[in-house]
Amino acid sequence: MALYRDDGVVLRNYKLGEADRIIVLFTRTRGKVRAVAKGVRRTKSKFGSRLEPASILHAQFYEGRNLDIVTQAETLTVLPQLRSDLSRYGRAAVMLEIVDQITEDGGVQPALYKLLTGALAELDRNGNPLVLPAFVVKILALEGVQPLLDSCVSCETADNLIAIDIAQGGVLCRACRAGEPISDIARAALQAIMDGRVRYVLDSTDDQTARQLESLSARMIEQHLERRLRSSPVVDQHLTQ
Amino acid sequence: MSAYAKPVEVLIDELGRLPGIGPKSAQRIAFHLLKADRVDAQRLADAVVELKEKVAFCETCFNVAEGDECTICGDPRREQHVLCVVEEPKDIAALEKTGAFNGRYHVLLGAINPLEGIGPEQIKMRELALRVAQDDITEVIICTNPNLEGETTAAFIANKILAPFEVKVTRLASGLPVGGDLEYADELTLGRALEGRQAL
Repeated sequence: MALYRDDGVVLRNYKLGEADRIIVLFTRTRGKVRAVAKGVRRTKSKFGSRLEPASILHAQFYEGRNLDIVTQAETLTVLPQLRSDLSRYGRAAVMLEIVDQITEDGGVQPALYKLLTGALAELDRNGNPLVLPAFVVKILALEGVQPLLDSCVSCETADNLIAIDIAQGGVLCRACRAGEPISDIARAALQAIMDGRVRYVLDSTDDQTARQLESLSARMIEQHLERRLRSSPVVDQHLTQ
Repeated sequence: MSAYAKPVEVLIDELGRLPGIGPKSAQRIAFHLLKADRVDAQRLADAVVELKEKVAFCETCFNVAEGDECTICGDPRREQHVLCVVEEPKDIAALEKTGAFNGRYHVLLGAINPLEGIGPEQIKMRELALRVAQDDITEVIICTNPNLEGETTAAFIANKILAPFEVKVTRLASGLPVGGDLEYADELTLGRALEGRQAL
């Protein structure tokens, strides 16, 4: 049995037995890993809060036959605001659920790891609601299913793009319109995110557009996952209002 | 074909459905009961039946109760205006052991957990707001678990549920456990212990 170390983000955890938990981590070099944290629910546990969802940590694991065992953990990035602010935690929970859904055990995705840690840190820093839609659009791009935004997905014209149809995968012109309306500002913001100008979008987008993009991005990722996100309704109705 | 007689097989299956009991443990308990006196086995069976027949959730606080009201809600000596909010009935047992609290409780029967799709509607949050509105409560002590779900629930109660009421809202202190070493404390716990330091 071997020991190994890796950086990771805790995606979720489950209670196991009397005082243990199964921790699901998305690690930098081993992809998604499931490991048992023994005694973590006891108040005197050496792990403390380090293995809570959204923690970014460096951990040592003992390789097991079915599940690995977490033997040590230290926090890499402290994210205090994520724990104290309902809306920030809510949006972080949606991000964690998305990553949990699109990854498989052992599937290494360094770009996704970097994206997730960066998005969690940004969300903790300023709580900008656009961090979540930007994260979703970047994930869709990583998965190769980013929406087409610069021309109509039906007739390919670049003029009068006024609607977006998630099922068709992009924007539509006035003549072909289907799906739902999208403003020029929202479309430009999505395009800027895909072009790598995320900082510009975070700093310059108004609240109304942010809300539209948040709702749109949730439906985009649900379309891609082919399932509803469990966290999304709870977050939308209660934590971000 | 099964190696055991049918009643033994059925018992092993039923015991195996209990939390934390695997197939081997279920087999060991079944054979223990097989060897035990009939009186002992009957007492266990009676206790299980009585539990299901007589025990339900208290209509006021959702603690486990024999009848409509639990012993704490029915005790007139308890402070009527202070409410302690916990996640599960077993948390009440832990708090009662301290002997430091003489108020009443409200059991949420869970905690907000977006990752599991559990929101305020799935737990006894509306009932908490109703109690605070109707029962002349002056202080609500939030005693949810010090983990992410518990913290989220506590913040939701303080910021959303109790915000319209003129009621003092407090949270259990967070810090270092007695008997532990400082070097093993995580950053969050140590940070909170520093924030909540007290003059000697």
